Amino acid sequence: MTDPRHVALYVHWPFCQAKCPYCDFNSHVVAGVDHSRWRNALVAELDRVASDVPDRILTSIFFGGGTPSLMQPQTVRAIIDAARTRWSVANDVEITLEANPTSVEADKFRAFRDAGVNRVSVGLQALNDTDLRALGRLHSADEGIRAFETARDVFARTSFDLIYARQHQTREAWEQELRRAIGFGPDHMSLYQLTIEPGTAFGDRFDRGRLKGLPDEDIAADMYELTQSITASAGLPAYEVSNHARPGAESLHNLTYWRAGDWVGIGPGAHGRFTRHGTRLATETFLAPGAWITAVESGNGENNRQSVSPDDIQAERLMMGLRLTEGVPVEDIAPDFLSRVHEINELMESPALDVSNGRLRVTSSGRPVLNAVLRELLV
Amino acid sequence: MAEAGQDHAPSTTGEFRYISSAMTDLAHIRNFSIVAHIDHGKSTLADRLIQLTGTVAERDMKDQLLDAMDIERERGITIKANTVRIEYPAKDGETYILNLIDTPGHVDFAYEVSRSMQAVEGSLLVVDASQGVEAQTLANVYQAIDADHEIVPVLNKIDLPAADVDRVKEQIEDVIGIDASEAVHISAKTGLGIPDVLEAIVTRLPAPKGDRDAPLKAMLVDSWYDPYLGVVVMIRVIDGVIRKGDMIRMMQTGARYGIDKLSVLRPAMQDIKELGPGEIGVFTASIKQVRDTKVGDTITHEKKGTDTPLPGFKPSQPVVFCGLFPVDTNDFEDLRDAIEKLALNDASFTYEMETSAALGFGFRCGFLGLLHLEVIRDRIEREYDIDLITTAPSVIYHVYMKDGSKLDLHNPADMPDATLVSHIEEPRIKATILVPDEYLGDVLKLCQDRRGIQEDLTYAGARAMVVYDLPLNEVVFDFYDRLKSVTKGYASFDYQLMGYREDKLVKMQVLVNDEPVDALSMMVHRDRAEMRGRAMCEKLKELIPRHMFKIPIQAAIGGKVIARETLSALRKDVTAKCYGGDVTRKKKLLEKQKAGKKRMRQFGKVEIPQEAFINALKMDS
Repeated sequence: MTDPRHVALYVHWPFCQAKCPYCDFNSHVVAGVDHSRWRNALVAELDRVASDVPDRILTSIFFGGGTPSLMQPQTVRAIIDAARTRWSVANDVEITLEANPTSVEADKFRAFRDAGVNRVSVGLQALNDTDLRALGRLHSADEGIRAFETARDVFARTSFDLIYARQHQTREAWEQELRRAIGFGPDHMSLYQLTIEPGTAFGDRFDRGRLKGLPDEDIAADMYELTQSITASAGLPAYEVSNHARPGAESLHNLTYWRAGDWVGIGPGAHGRFTRHGTRLATETFLAPGAWITAVESGNGENNRQSVSPDDIQAERLMMGLRLTEGVPVEDIAPDFLSRVHEINELMESPALDVSNGRLRVTSSGRPVLNAVLRELLV
Repeated sequence: MAEAGQDHAPSTTGEFRYISSAMTDLAHIRNFSIVAHIDHGKSTLADRLIQLTGTVAERDMKDQLLDAMDIERERGITIKANTVRIEYPAKDGETYILNLIDTPGHVDFAYEVSRSMQAVEGSLLVVDASQGVEAQTLANVYQAIDADHEIVPVLNKIDLPAADVDRVKEQIEDVIGIDASEAVHISAKTGLGIPDVLEAIVTRLPAPKGDRDAPLKAMLVDSWYDPYLGVVVMIRVIDGVIRKGDMIRMMQTGARYGIDKLSVLRPAMQDIKELGPGEIGVFTASIKQVRDTKVGDTITHEKKGTDTPLPGFKPSQPVVFCGLFPVDTNDFEDLRDAIEKLALNDASFTYEMETSAALGFGFRCGFLGLLHLEVIRDRIEREYDIDLITTAPSVIYHVYMKDGSKLDLHNPADMPDATLVSHIEEPRIKATILVPDEYLGDVLKLCQDRRGIQEDLTYAGARAMVVYDLPLNEVVFDFYDRLKSVTKGYASFDYQLMGYREDKLVKMQVLVNDEPVDALSMMVHRDRAEMRGRAMCEKLKELIPRHMFKIPIQAAIGGKVIARETLSALRKDVTAKCYGGDVTRKKKLLEKQKAGKKRMRQFGKVEIPQEAFINALKMDS
């Protein structure tokens, strides 16, 4: 269970050099960013959210985006320094920055390290140039691999992202690509199946029937199974639906989300969840960069704050917690939900859920259909 | 209803002004109908006749006055018969009363057409000079011939470049067998030739016959519900005289009424003191429901009435049945309300409550034909804003039981155990199809595939006329749509019911995860069961979303499975990325799915979306 004295910090940098066609994150392409203005705004917001959860121990910071590797290292440093003055910091604090593997960004890795970043997550996405172009990426496969090697030399901990179940990708092609990527020696990998989201360029193309060659459900399911077995035998088993790590190298920051710990968020569209005076709160800042910075400069970037009802706390606990291989401790689950486990298992040929050693877990046959399991459990 | 009401509502001028000459002598009356195919210009011609004789002030003229309902306007067809009384000063110096009865133009309403035809002495046969004779024209013109009408051919749209007057005249003579040499040439659109039509009505159509001194004998031609006046009854007086205040008797139903209001239609109601032989008019008599009036009934005086009713009365009989269910089960009461209101004005449509395990509460409804079904369904959806699921249309089967009893089956769900059944008869039709040469092969194949028996094949110019004996159940399924598609819309089609014949008919059930889905049961011919079963299973496999377990989808006759598909279990449904910023969004998605469950129907362990039923039952399958 998460320690109620702990807190994690998320920092959102909303800008990108180009918008990737699959991406539905809050990212924007702009001509020029006024870095000092953004630095001041982020630090101001840090001060504000810190006053919501004072007297905590900061366990992690995560710079996400957008493309946070486009930030000036001094901005990263300003935020980390400010956080250190606001909270006491855990000895093993994990400070992650997401990086695009272009050569320009790789050249900044040392500066990021010197600013306090100790973990980097590199967006490799694919290992061949044709597919990288189709995904709208601005780096080549070689450039990506070189960037990852640099990262491995510079940072104590490194991770990379790959996207699979891409257009025209076969099971065999994915297997080869995955084995090659494991050969780079990561201690952590995020392996995402391509999802077509509404409101993205891929989403539009898909609706018009112009996104061809996507693997069907059966191929996608095979790829997922294959991924589980290859990573497990390589010593990087899944600890979450799409995340793999050598034991002990899991992302502490992301575990905070899945274990329903407390976190605060700064930057446009950043969410927070934390307990204050016995009430769990959900917060959200202004989504559009312009609206956000204007609001921050007039004193407060927050756009929405709501208390989370006990029912919603329970739903979020299960929705997030069952993504983890470790599952959810039964003492965190209302008896209502536990009593449905048997009924849900009856539906499937092999059980989707398992209760043992005081925890509710999704089995390896339940995980690929977790959304359906959650529908049965929560709806 | 509202539309019919507006159309026939009394105008302020009509309410108080009586027509000067109360009754007209027979020699100065001409009663006629117009026979035409859809779009050949029947309504436009009627409008021109009304306009030219000054029956309606120019400012009140709206195009196609007589087709009142929206759906009639949209589909270009007449569903309810309407009528208008025109005063025409002829070239001989005399003024004539012309009564036009605008007949329903569709086969579904054949009986209504036949009664309207009986009420008049002649017909204008309107044929589009650029299109020629169509199947529907044939059916109606035969009814006119059956009613001993004098028929005046009228060639419309002669101003069109594609008009081929000689060819169409030849066709009228060849196909229909009437003299077309003196056909009137017109363009209803421009008004060309309209005075000639009026003269032809007076000089070529016979005056009605009748005896003013005989006991009252009037035919009930049509009736409709008017929100202000109640039920309005249209009659043609054969013998005797009917007056406001008279006590009358309906000979078939035995009901007695006092005449509250007696009018003629111009086309707004205009009160009149009396109607004599040969005249056509309307009355109200505090009649509550349209179903209390039967088209074809004979109306006479309560005292000193006639003893002999008019021949040819038939109560109207629905021939096509289907279930109508609200998509949203909460709309059931609204649907009941809508159906009851529509039934007030349409005696030919029947309904009773039905419960389906799959679809919940709804109504089993009977219609005169497929078009009638579509019209009622459209009106419920449009005028009452209720989304409907329509189950597969069915006909009435005669089920003969081994114990000697007989059952009229209009819902496959009510089919008794097959071991108790001796044999089953199904209704057959005589279908007349006119089709351009190049599509003939496709049409013959379609008819053969639908268990048709060819009765006749003749040519009229470049078009073939084929007559087939077909089972009605094959026609109600998707015959129209298939015919339209194989002939690119160039075929015209009409049919009449012929009677019942025994055949190898079975009830096909659909089982989803071994549970029968009642709403998908249907009666099929044994030889076509496998094909239909396979098509249904394949379709459902596409329409039902994958579940956490595999689902067998089967079609079966009794205990015997004749087609089977397996919907494999869901293998992949998990959100790839879910981090801190996604919690709220993903939770909302779950809530949306909760709401979506309301539109699913639970079937054992299987949830079937409404859309799956709607699409599985679509007739164009």
